[in-house]
Amino acid sequence: METLWFFVVALMLTVYVVLDGFDLGVGLTMLVRPGTEGERRQLLGAIGPVWDANEVWLIAAGGVLVFAFPAVYASAFSGFYLPLMFVLWLLIFRGISIEFGGHLKHPLWRRFWDATFALSSSILALILGVALGNLLRGVPVDKSGYFHISLFEDFRVGPHPGALDWYTILIGLLTSAALGAHGALYLSWRTEDPLRVRVAAIARTFCMASVALLVLATWATATVQPIIYYRLAQRPWAWPLPVATAFGLLFAFWQLRQRRERAAFLGWAIFVAGLLISTAAGLYPDILRSTLSPSWNLTVANAATGRTGLTLGLWWWIPAIVLASGYFWYLYRSLRGRPIGDQSYH
Amino acid sequence: MNALTWDRFQFGFTVTYHYLFPQLTMGLSLIIVVLKIQALKTGEDRYNAAARFWAKIFGLNFALGVVTGIPLEFQFGTNWARFSRYAGGVIGMTLALEGMFAFFAESAFLGLFLFGEKRLGPRTHFLVALMMFLGSWLSGYFIVATNAFMQHPVGYQVAANGTLEVADWRNYLFNSWAVWQYAHTMTAAVITGAFVVCAVAAYWTLMGMHREQARISLRVGVWVGLIASLLQLFPTGDRHGKLVAQYQRPTLAAMEGKFTSSHPAELVIIGQPDVAHRRLENPVVVPAVLSFLSYGSFGATVYGLEDFPETEWPDNVELLYYAYHIMVGLGTLFILVMGISALLLLRNRLETSRSMLWVLMLAFPFPYIANTAGWMTAELGRQPWVVYGLQRTSLGTSPTVAAGDIAFTTLGYMGLYLLLGIGFLFLVAREIGRGPTPAEAS
Repeated sequence: METLWFFVVALMLTVYVVLDGFDLGVGLTMLVRPGTEGERRQLLGAIGPVWDANEVWLIAAGGVLVFAFPAVYASAFSGFYLPLMFVLWLLIFRGISIEFGGHLKHPLWRRFWDATFALSSSILALILGVALGNLLRGVPVDKSGYFHISLFEDFRVGPHPGALDWYTILIGLLTSAALGAHGALYLSWRTEDPLRVRVAAIARTFCMASVALLVLATWATATVQPIIYYRLAQRPWAWPLPVATAFGLLFAFWQLRQRRERAAFLGWAIFVAGLLISTAAGLYPDILRSTLSPSWNLTVANAATGRTGLTLGLWWWIPAIVLASGYFWYLYRSLRGRPIGDQSYH
Repeated sequence: MNALTWDRFQFGFTVTYHYLFPQLTMGLSLIIVVLKIQALKTGEDRYNAAARFWAKIFGLNFALGVVTGIPLEFQFGTNWARFSRYAGGVIGMTLALEGMFAFFAESAFLGLFLFGEKRLGPRTHFLVALMMFLGSWLSGYFIVATNAFMQHPVGYQVAANGTLEVADWRNYLFNSWAVWQYAHTMTAAVITGAFVVCAVAAYWTLMGMHREQARISLRVGVWVGLIASLLQLFPTGDRHGKLVAQYQRPTLAAMEGKFTSSHPAELVIIGQPDVAHRRLENPVVVPAVLSFLSYGSFGATVYGLEDFPETEWPDNVELLYYAYHIMVGLGTLFILVMGISALLLLRNRLETSRSMLWVLMLAFPFPYIANTAGWMTAELGRQPWVVYGLQRTSLGTSPTVAAGDIAFTTLGYMGLYLLLGIGFLFLVAREIGRGPTPAEAS
């Protein structure tokens, strides 16, 4: 039962990253190539009706996490106190920049909020990656089940690391590149020429950078946390995951060459999702690994809610996920094609 | 200030600020549905234009509600880790339900509502508005149910590791406290929505702008507002009060400024509590009414704070007392304002009655104050408990977060929210000045 909920949380977080990831990637795309005012309106128009719904996956995943693994929620959220607060502030800036920016057709006003959008999205993508890096590397959980981590120490990986060290920064950069590619591919599917051609070129650059950083990160993870690979290798049920990840990556490159942007975007989504689920499968049964002692790891066994509660939970989670999927299917179906929606409601 | 004080201040500040937005979102979503129904029934575009205008305000307001709401869910983990660890298995259920059943519907359909009117056609667009309304009202229920558990915990059991888990989901979800608190909270949100709609319409009327649109908004606002103001007092306020009288006796005593028990007990209209000397200064009272309101009989005994050990008293009796009295006083005034407006409306004289239009135009901040005071009553009244009778607030904080960290982020929130508020007011004022736009121009 605990195992099931572990993968429920992992799945919901993955869906969050895949969906809101392209919103963040649009911000990264805007950061590397701001373009003209009209182009920026097209970039924002492409995520206007969906970004907010995408972000809800984070809130829903957070709710499920506190329900199923309250000890992890308590420990991780208080341990990463400052980084999480920065995430919240950036989420505020990102959301407000889209909404506020659209209300006024003043050139300086728009420029300011576009810049806010691009910057906050880009830093968010980086921090999400750093957070993933921290999960992989582990944090100094002690026997009370809690920990405290500074933003940075000496940037080395050790028993008392900072949230930022060379490894977590590397994972942060990989995430930025991968989400940048994700967003640019989404845009190339959702916008019209000539913008489409330009974002497709940006997508190619991000894709290449992702591959280079992925190679580095794979090696780095093998030195920092090799247990993830051992566990994956020992678990035949998990073998399809890395295979699907590699398939998604190759498929995305191939489709991008063929100028089939939608297929390329979907391939990249499989790649991103595959990477995250493979990581979860390699971490299981640990959720929060301790850098001090393996016996202080927070695991599915010692961090979960009681069995009665978890079993009851399935009775609402299953209908809820079916309903939510229905809403999303309807939302994206209603907005299919390019450009998406009525452009702006203001 | 220690970490606990900073934690409480931060949560109090961020949740109070946050709730300025959802109360209007929930109130307006109902009013938009009413307008869309009239548009469908009459086939006239002016109702759609009104709905479109309010949707713009709704969109802005919704965005601020979302971005200021996420920090609250996160704060359960960041600032209140021991509370999350202890009660997360229970309250996590409603938080997750809110995300999955309510927010998904609300946000998905808001995107369609704002961006899809042309694509979807009138009937589908109405259904989308309805889903948006249901989503926002459902999210309100799950949050109130979460709070109701903290006020009056039911449906739980203690698991093997000492933390709480849901044992009986029906009991937990349909907690009698949740049902009445929800009804009371929702009618209050509708009052805010109605007063805001009336204020804008009164402004347009006084300025001689957008006459037809002003007429529509004024009529819908006054009727919805009158009904909600009446429901606010009875049955929702009455029943909610009886639950407090039944389950939180020290809270009732503090709310009423009652230090010694008596039967029959008098209702305090106004007066200043002097906690050190355990008495109420300058009291103006109505005999026996508190007994009746609390327990349904004029002779019933109402306990005073002195009947309980001081460790069980709410820790800010004065603020609790005033919050409660402000809420009740304003609630009474709302009935009066909306009642007079409705009478004038019936006699077709509201549009020409400039003094009443002035009142309506200036009255809109008061429902916000009343809503805030109401939540302060609920939250201060629950003290010293974070989960009533089960976990003390002082034992719910995060053990590894320093006061300096919390002070840092609290100041950050205050600065950030100040900027957000300025931007929001600027844009809303601008939209109100521009007024509704016909279908082609939008």
